[in-house]
Amino acid sequence: MKSRANNNRPNALDRGIIRCTQAGLPLVPQPYQYIADQLGTTAEQVMQRMRQMLECGIIRRIGAVPNHYTLGFRGNGMSVWDVDDSLVAEYGRRIGELEFVSHSYQRPRFLPEWRYNLFAMVHGRDRAEVMQKVELIAALLGKDNRAHEVLFSTRILKKTGLRIDQ
Amino acid sequence: MDKIDHTIINRLQQSFPIADRPYLQEAEALGISEGELIQRLQAMLEHKQLSRFGPMYHAERLGGGLSLCAIRVPKEDFERVTAQVNSFAEVAHNYARNHEFSMWFVLATETPERIDSVIEEIEQLTGYRVYNMPKEKEFFVGLRFEL
Repeated sequence: MKSRANNNRPNALDRGIIRCTQAGLPLVPQPYQYIADQLGTTAEQVMQRMRQMLECGIIRRIGAVPNHYTLGFRGNGMSVWDVDDSLVAEYGRRIGELEFVSHSYQRPRFLPEWRYNLFAMVHGRDRAEVMQKVELIAALLGKDNRAHEVLFSTRILKKTGLRIDQ
Repeated sequence: MDKIDHTIINRLQQSFPIADRPYLQEAEALGISEGELIQRLQAMLEHKQLSRFGPMYHAERLGGGLSLCAIRVPKEDFERVTAQVNSFAEVAHNYARNHEFSMWFVLATETPERIDSVIEEIEQLTGYRVYNMPKEKEFFVGLRFEL
């Protein structure tokens, strides 16, 4: 992970850019110029700040995010794994490289009721395909997989975008 | 969606240029016009084949707090606890899952310190323990998705 020193905190112009792009990048031939016009600055400034935010990781990437669900990937399961703490970084990285995994994180255990320390979100066309892919992860972990489960969502109880303060 | 749309999705998932005419640049690589690329992106957003086009921000690096939390809620109490948890503006997403740990929600707060106090408030209101599972390490976020 890249450092998150305080000088990487977004400045006022960055916040303006974030606000202007919360709904996405403007779909006009000169999107950065368009943002600059809204903020009373130059396209050069906007592009420079966005490059800086990419560099320090405030922006993960710029691009298209496909909607799995409408594209036919209706299954997604949160697979959770109990792996020795000394191995979790190596396996987390390798599991993250699998093309059907969208998120791979280490999270804290709560013993005895929650033993899992590695979370991987698995996508497939349906639950059966998700379970097949989970088996691929199990095979990758081999004997280092002490236990695992897959949690499927049964209902969305709330879904809002992340708020970004002005 | 046709083959050109698929190529657009496959190509633009990875990155998009920061340049004066970025759509023109990408359209040339795709062998279509700038106007057609913009129009196709617009159509895919309208039809929800794309859920977003643009910069993806890293929430924690914007200076706020973010965590995944879970509660073991028995069935008979589920509706009450759902309403109580959802009443917090800091709860961004909340999902029911098929597990004894039956409720999973994401907390997004303006400062990292706020996470603990919101969790305490939720515990007091619902009467249940909140298991706070912030990520300790991130190995990968994203999805390569070939069409």
